[in-house]
Amino acid sequence: MKSGSNLEQVISSGVPAVTAELGPPMSADPHEVIKKAQQLKGFCDAANITDCQTAVVRISSIAAAAIAFQQGLEPVMQMTCRDRNRIAMQADLLGAAALGLKNCLCLAGDHQKFSAAGRLKGHPGAKNVYDVDTCQLVGILKKMRDEGKQEGGDPIEVAPKFFIGASWTPMADPVDFRPINLMKKVNAGADFIQTQGIYDIEGFRSQMAKIVNMGLHERTAILGGIIVPKSAMMLKYMDSSVAGVSVPKSLIDRMNKAKAAAGEDKKKMRELQEQEGIKITIELIHQVLETPGIKGVHIQAIEWESAIEGIVKEAGLYPRPTFPGA
Amino acid sequence: MIVGSQKPIEEIWSMVKDFKKVLVFGCNTCVAICHAGGEKEAATIASLIRMRAGQEGKAMEVNHMGVMRHCEPEYFDPVIEEVKSYDLVLSTACGVGVNFLSDRTGTIPVYPGINTSFYGAVEAPGFFKELCAGCGDCIVHLTGGLCPIARCSKTLMNGPCGGTNHGKCEVSNEVDCVWYLIVERMKKLGTLEKLSEVLPPRNWSTSRDGGPRRVSVEHIREYEEQEAQKPETAGGKK
Repeated sequence: MKSGSNLEQVISSGVPAVTAELGPPMSADPHEVIKKAQQLKGFCDAANITDCQTAVVRISSIAAAAIAFQQGLEPVMQMTCRDRNRIAMQADLLGAAALGLKNCLCLAGDHQKFSAAGRLKGHPGAKNVYDVDTCQLVGILKKMRDEGKQEGGDPIEVAPKFFIGASWTPMADPVDFRPINLMKKVNAGADFIQTQGIYDIEGFRSQMAKIVNMGLHERTAILGGIIVPKSAMMLKYMDSSVAGVSVPKSLIDRMNKAKAAAGEDKKKMRELQEQEGIKITIELIHQVLETPGIKGVHIQAIEWESAIEGIVKEAGLYPRPTFPGA
Repeated sequence: MIVGSQKPIEEIWSMVKDFKKVLVFGCNTCVAICHAGGEKEAATIASLIRMRAGQEGKAMEVNHMGVMRHCEPEYFDPVIEEVKSYDLVLSTACGVGVNFLSDRTGTIPVYPGINTSFYGAVEAPGFFKELCAGCGDCIVHLTGGLCPIARCSKTLMNGPCGGTNHGKCEVSNEVDCVWYLIVERMKKLGTLEKLSEVLPPRNWSTSRDGGPRRVSVEHIREYEEQEAQKPETAGGKK
């Protein structure tokens, strides 16, 4: 075992892994993290704790991960390259490991200009860092863990033992470079990969066929990303505006139909779309898990963590395996 | 070239309004090409300041002048005494020129008339684009001749992030994703496989992060020092 994390043990056991996501609040109140951790605990093998996602200030990934961990939920702390140089990154990694965290997902991070797609003020005038990029950050974690050395070469007496993750957007431009992109992250040391949300199963399978040909699926555990759709509007937005995500018209039509069935009743409109969204999610989970080379799913119910229990149960992925000592 | 753009006249006015004798001093190289701070633009700014002074009832003498370059003493040495006869020099050179002149005008302040934007090129008439970051350790032989340091919003070294959308950057759909361009270019050059290698964390000390930088060309420095030590001889320059 590289880290001994629960996620690593599930993946090693050959059982399809399930990860979820927990978004920390824009507030110093720990209760929202505790509440979300309680909702996710037992229904996933680990949950990503986002690192100021959409470039908006929230409880830091490490602090929220430590809170979730106290609640018995295994966290995957996220670390973006946007906000820290390699000194701060490694200091945070040492601290995170000292707090008992065992999984880390390396990301470039949304540009500071993103500000929740303009819905919040954010800090578009902030200076970004990008001292290292994702591949390089993965390499730093690996060097710390396997060689017991800092990036600069200084020795680490007690090395942080992380199960190292990276993200992958299989269908973003330039599409024919994306498999090489994944290969670089694997070569740098990524033990597991979580993909961008997949709706276009055909497109995803064609990219995965290339990955299987390259043998990358045996060198890293690829978890297919599922973003739980809440409404027709959300699907349309993701199709038109989220890089690397295309949503087949048939799925948007299904959501529209669910919405239309509610007539003028706004509350019912929401409920019917949410129900349809969960149905779509469960179908996508099965289709992703049936794709050759896939080792699990990463289910993101954005600001809807309470949906995970039902989804995981209905998808036949419950109970989750347990391992002593993880 | 260095690309700049004019400061808003309100900001310029707030800088100059309390001076009696102002020289708007243009630079006729880079910033003239980008229509920001050449002699012509200096003349326009000078008349705008005069108009404003008139409106506000302020007695102010405002003139303009231009030299070929503000970053080499030989170009402004012939006019430096005249420059120093003003209360304020509003330089429309790039930041290099403003600094260089400030070091040489004694008690006369030098203020910036333009914002220095970047090192770029003339993409089309009136349209300029950043193409180099002056990072001090060029790697574009590895990236199809296109620079990810200057042209990727995240200075990524190992390929695009997940934000590339129809060949554009997540920062704006008016900004090309340079990694998209790099991949397309290297496909054309038949060198795409070069991108498979992971580039390690780079040494940013060659960039601004290492502190203010200097370049010293040793053989020129040595020659200059030898020349300076030679006694003056008849018929020859020292």
